[in-house]
Amino acid sequence: MPKYNDVKKVLVLGSGPIVIGQAAEFDYAGTQACRALKEEGLEVVLVNSNPATIMTDKDIADHVYIEPLNIPSVTQVIEKERPDSILPTLGGQTGLNLAMALHENGTLEKYGVKLLGTSPESIRKAEDRQGFKDCMESIGQPCVTSEVVESVADAVAFAESIGYPVIVRPAYTLGGTGGGIAYDRASLEEIAERGINLSRVGQVLIERCISGWKEIEFEVMRDSVGNVITICSMENIDPVGVHTGDSIVVAPTQTLANKEFQMLRSAALEIISALEIEGGCNVQFALNPDSYEYAVIEVNPRVSRSSALASKATGYPIAKVAAKVALGYALDEIPNAVTGVTKACFEPTIDYCVLKIPRLPFDKFTTASRTLGTQMKATGEVMAIANSFEGAVMKAIRSLELNVRALKLDKLEGLYTDEIEELLVNVTDERLFVVAEALRRGFSPQKINSITKMDVWFLDGFKRIIDMEEELKRCKGEPDEDTLRRAKEMCFADSYIGTLCGMEQSAVKRLRERYGIVPAFKMVDTCAAEFDAQTPYYYSTYDGENEAREDGSGRKKVLVLGSGPIRIGQGIEFDYCSVHSVWALKKLGCETIIVNNNPETVSTDFDVADKLYFEPLTAEDVQNIVEQEKPWGAVVQFGGQTAIKLAKALTDMGVRILGTSSDGVDAAEDRERFDEILQKCDIPRAKGRTIFTTQEALDAAHELGYPVLVRPSYVLGGQGMEIAYSDRNIEDFMRIINMTVQEHPILVDQYLMGRELEVDGVFDGEDILIPGIMEHVERAGVHSGDSIAVYPPLHLEQKHRELILQHTRNMAKHLGVIGLINAQYILYQDDIYVIEVNPRSSRTIPYISKVTGVPIIDIATKVMLGEKLKDMEYGTGIYKESSYYAVKAPVFSFEKLTDVDTGLGPEMKSTGEVLGLAETFPQALLKAFKGAGLKVPKSGGRAIITVKDEDKEEIVEIARGFEEMGVELFATAGTCQVLLEAGVKCKPVARVSEAHPNISDMIASGTVDLIINTPTHGRRHESDGFKIRRMAVEHSVACVTAIDTARAMLTVRESSRSEDLRPIDITKI
Amino acid sequence: MRATLILANGAVFQGESIGSTEDRICEMVFNTSMAGYQELLTDPSYAGQGVVMTYPLIGNYGVNSEDNESRQPWVEALVVRHLSPRGSNFRCEGDLGSYLKEHHITGIQGVDTRALTKILRSQGSMNGLLTCAEHFNVQEVLEKLKAYSVQGAVARVTRQAAEVFPAFEKERYHVAMMDYGVKGHMIECLQKRGCKVTVLPAFTSAEEVLAGGYDGVMLSNGPGDPAENAEIIREIRKLYDSDIPLFGVCLGHQLLALATGAKTGRLAYGHRGGNHPVRDLERGRVFITSQNHGYVVLSETVDPAVAEVSHVNVNDGTCEGLKYKRPRCFTTQFHPEANAGPRDTEYLFNRFVEAMGGDR
Repeated sequence: MPKYNDVKKVLVLGSGPIVIGQAAEFDYAGTQACRALKEEGLEVVLVNSNPATIMTDKDIADHVYIEPLNIPSVTQVIEKERPDSILPTLGGQTGLNLAMALHENGTLEKYGVKLLGTSPESIRKAEDRQGFKDCMESIGQPCVTSEVVESVADAVAFAESIGYPVIVRPAYTLGGTGGGIAYDRASLEEIAERGINLSRVGQVLIERCISGWKEIEFEVMRDSVGNVITICSMENIDPVGVHTGDSIVVAPTQTLANKEFQMLRSAALEIISALEIEGGCNVQFALNPDSYEYAVIEVNPRVSRSSALASKATGYPIAKVAAKVALGYALDEIPNAVTGVTKACFEPTIDYCVLKIPRLPFDKFTTASRTLGTQMKATGEVMAIANSFEGAVMKAIRSLELNVRALKLDKLEGLYTDEIEELLVNVTDERLFVVAEALRRGFSPQKINSITKMDVWFLDGFKRIIDMEEELKRCKGEPDEDTLRRAKEMCFADSYIGTLCGMEQSAVKRLRERYGIVPAFKMVDTCAAEFDAQTPYYYSTYDGENEAREDGSGRKKVLVLGSGPIRIGQGIEFDYCSVHSVWALKKLGCETIIVNNNPETVSTDFDVADKLYFEPLTAEDVQNIVEQEKPWGAVVQFGGQTAIKLAKALTDMGVRILGTSSDGVDAAEDRERFDEILQKCDIPRAKGRTIFTTQEALDAAHELGYPVLVRPSYVLGGQGMEIAYSDRNIEDFMRIINMTVQEHPILVDQYLMGRELEVDGVFDGEDILIPGIMEHVERAGVHSGDSIAVYPPLHLEQKHRELILQHTRNMAKHLGVIGLINAQYILYQDDIYVIEVNPRSSRTIPYISKVTGVPIIDIATKVMLGEKLKDMEYGTGIYKESSYYAVKAPVFSFEKLTDVDTGLGPEMKSTGEVLGLAETFPQALLKAFKGAGLKVPKSGGRAIITVKDEDKEEIVEIARGFEEMGVELFATAGTCQVLLEAGVKCKPVARVSEAHPNISDMIASGTVDLIINTPTHGRRHESDGFKIRRMAVEHSVACVTAIDTARAMLTVRESSRSEDLRPIDITKI
Repeated sequence: MRATLILANGAVFQGESIGSTEDRICEMVFNTSMAGYQELLTDPSYAGQGVVMTYPLIGNYGVNSEDNESRQPWVEALVVRHLSPRGSNFRCEGDLGSYLKEHHITGIQGVDTRALTKILRSQGSMNGLLTCAEHFNVQEVLEKLKAYSVQGAVARVTRQAAEVFPAFEKERYHVAMMDYGVKGHMIECLQKRGCKVTVLPAFTSAEEVLAGGYDGVMLSNGPGDPAENAEIIREIRKLYDSDIPLFGVCLGHQLLALATGAKTGRLAYGHRGGNHPVRDLERGRVFITSQNHGYVVLSETVDPAVAEVSHVNVNDGTCEGLKYKRPRCFTTQFHPEANAGPRDTEYLFNRFVEAMGGDR
């Protein structure tokens, strides 16, 4: 029983859609917390607008509301469910802010809901800049000289009193959104204005710039008795100046002697005690590298991204323990799940080195500014564990999924040395590689340190890697045993060793096996082997004792490959699928082994699968595990592109691929083979060509006729996909596509403009089950991940449904699918054309599973193990339609990424999604808009319309709709003329390039509620449209870039009202 | 150069020699601290022992002249996974490898320290030989290992003559520190609190101590089996029978327990590290402590009429502190002076100062 025995029913708030700065780590934390609460016999009510999460599963909470995370909707849930308490500190900043708002407006008091864990007073003290500063002053903890200001003028005045550069940090924003370093008055004015606009409370902090200091973090925990412990220390390799989420981080700290370490540890504990935190907390320090001088940078009075990392780095389940602490347990009353014999009240000690590298989205956003600063830009991260720093670096690099396998970027090789030196100054995601290149050119670690302020110890580590490369190159053939052993101890991949020595990868493997250089797996146990551990959580090394154990149960072993770092196009949904597959396999009596490298996920929680291998997801690294475990089979369908790419390698290793074979995967991706199948099944598709060169692309486009769709095969999320309207477009796109080496051909397809439909199905070799058909609100041309999707489809004729069923079944059959299939179609001129088929899980699986109640992954897993659909309770064919409408809306992180065009197109740009669930379509849509934070203008509001010529005809009726709603319309010349001619009242507004006052002044004035702007073709950044869209982002004005989205907005306004929305418990569907 | 570590159970670990190349026989123990190797090397409690660092990257921040806990290193042998070729820290004055050589500490790197730790944990601390010899007779080595034990260690590490340390700022008390192998920071913790500290050789008689006009006596930490110090224990009993405030730490704690009728025993593999949770029964909460001991006071042998257990190890329930019925007398098994390790229990020095009369 919980310590506080008046707690019976707990409301848990999630963190909402995945955005930069708030990602999967909160699904991990929330899921762990919910499980901890249920373990205590409590009834759990969960609210989270993100349908791709594991926490929103019926198995995780008793009542699940996939509802917008805002005050009205959570208040409704409280009214309906009447929880007696709320857990606010596990849903990231979103959950915390919302809980605080509900406390402040009296809702919690009104309904008798008690805040568990840290008190609101403490949270306020930690979150409010001035309150925090005062508190730190009162306990003698130094903060960076700073002042909270609410106006640009005050910001300038203060900055001039302490001197530039200064750092600007907005209060209450995610991942430091809107912050930055200002070097002079002009840049300060710009950053401060943006920051004040973005802050919930209109405040920014102006502080002394201490960039170059070491950035040290502590994860700490405190209970209501006052016990305080540190879980993990972390040192950022990138010094202060780069957001910790974008920094390369090592755990534990490496360059601090005991004295400095204990100084900061004691400070962290004093701070958490003074703030009276009850639960987990993150404390960040800046430490002068040349003295004991330090400053407290920030405290997060909640579970955070760093705590997810600390949990995985140490094996200490922070979220679980934090949840128990919130219930009143003392740390020494909570068992340590790893050892089983000790208590949670101890400090983990580790006997390995952990490295985290952030995953940045610049491979997708090729035009975005790569500069890293105080505003986080990473979408995800990878973690690597090794017993040397060098090993952790090499493993982490391989895990990034960036087509790199060493500290080496080919494009840097061609640069002059002075260019490399210049690049060292720029803090970008590529700086690690620039540092390596500089070392290769003979720069000393000291010299690089003087430029980058990275500690020499880390640079020495990088240098040892570079020296090893040189040593291997000198071998020119087989390396000797000692060299090879040292290379493997640094976790060099066989393939890379091969490249350096001039050997085949397989020959390297044979050679090292001859020398007995084989991997050994070590356990992560929180205690450096001081106690006997129970946890099958492993990492590989190349020396010594192998600790991987057999449980001797004789169960069939199944390897489940995870999905690696969160990135655009491969989000949390694949972790949902992997975890569900593990659970299904366990139920079927299999022993499950998961391989993944993402510390933010549920799948890397050590008690999800029977065994966890925290390793890179490359063929070689996976092969080591295969040789260790000798699995009966492997599952690759659920881990997105990362896992499916390994299908062929696994087959070559002799591992049985459960479900669709690697040949089936290939058939779906290989243009010619796939066309053959379509022909055989008589399924129409847009005409297309497979090409390699720009000339071939131009020829194909001329033959097919513009517009055409251009994309590389074997890609995720439409990476590099574009609609080309002209030769110039083709040339542009081909240049971008060819910036990365293309092993596979490029596809050029005719572009059909019709309604896009999508299905997920399970095929067992004979029958297919389609849980539901989804319709995209935006027409084909907007990536499916960025479109609003509706289930069930609004108006789809029976004959088209049947065609979809028939086509999906036929394709599944001919591709040899066993398990999941995802297919996208276009309804074009009364016929169903196939766009694309993926014989694997898709990002819509969690959403469709939840709204239809069909456990798709569970069924697919059973099918993969040989069970038949007809023997299961869900039948075959298209599953009966739900009585609810479910609308999935994408969520973007554009405010974090400067220079990214927000216009939607075939290339995916969203980072997350929300779901709106209601009895009618407009209501569901309204909920989705609210969940996504997209505000529909009200009567009296103002909208600016500026669309490309192709859309001018269609915009008229939409504009008329807004006019009728009472929205005041403005438009640029061309659009304005069309509207006026059609009798729609509208005022002209000057273009960006025209004289002031123009459209940009209007946006900046904050009087505009909505901008409808459809992008013209091409990627030109100097275009007006691009500037308008960016300005909208920077001033937080809703900007719709697809005509269909604008129309949907109108639908919402015309036929639904916020007051009518009701929360729906999906466990009751 | 190749180095070999042979354990008393016959296990052999090979690696690369670091530091001195002289053969060393010692009791092998492991320490789980992730930083603080220099403090460990110079902690006299390690006299006669070889230390295995469980953290694999050692030497990262080099060595300096500030972090010594005594006049010289006492660790016989150091076993690490990876030795950092050079240190990086603003206080760094040299690299650890050279330091080991300079101080004749035999070392080895490239050892699977985790596998080694697991042996010491599951089979208990045991003797080992660290050698750079290419050839050796394992049987002979094992016999030598069997014959070795840490003996007379206190006599070896203690000062030969008294040494006085002035109080920082205003002097309020004068404390006699019995040097059984005292760590520098223990002295400093008193200096910081307005105490002038006279460090006395371990074998100073009680009469001499009591005649010295001290306000309190501190019984320091130190190496070896507490029970072998019969002479010291006799003198401590006399101190106990007086009314002078007494505070004992680690070996000092064990010696006072022995002097008052309790017994000590050996832990299978000891507590060595900076993460040991200890419950302060009086304050009702847990503190993370620095520990370094292989012997322990057996709680059940403590006469309730003499003392009560005041601190308990949360992991294994062993005795971590005693509060004596005799006024102004308490001891702890863990190290409130830290170094290496957390400083969370430094408040105990305040208690000692209070016992001597508080602020005056």
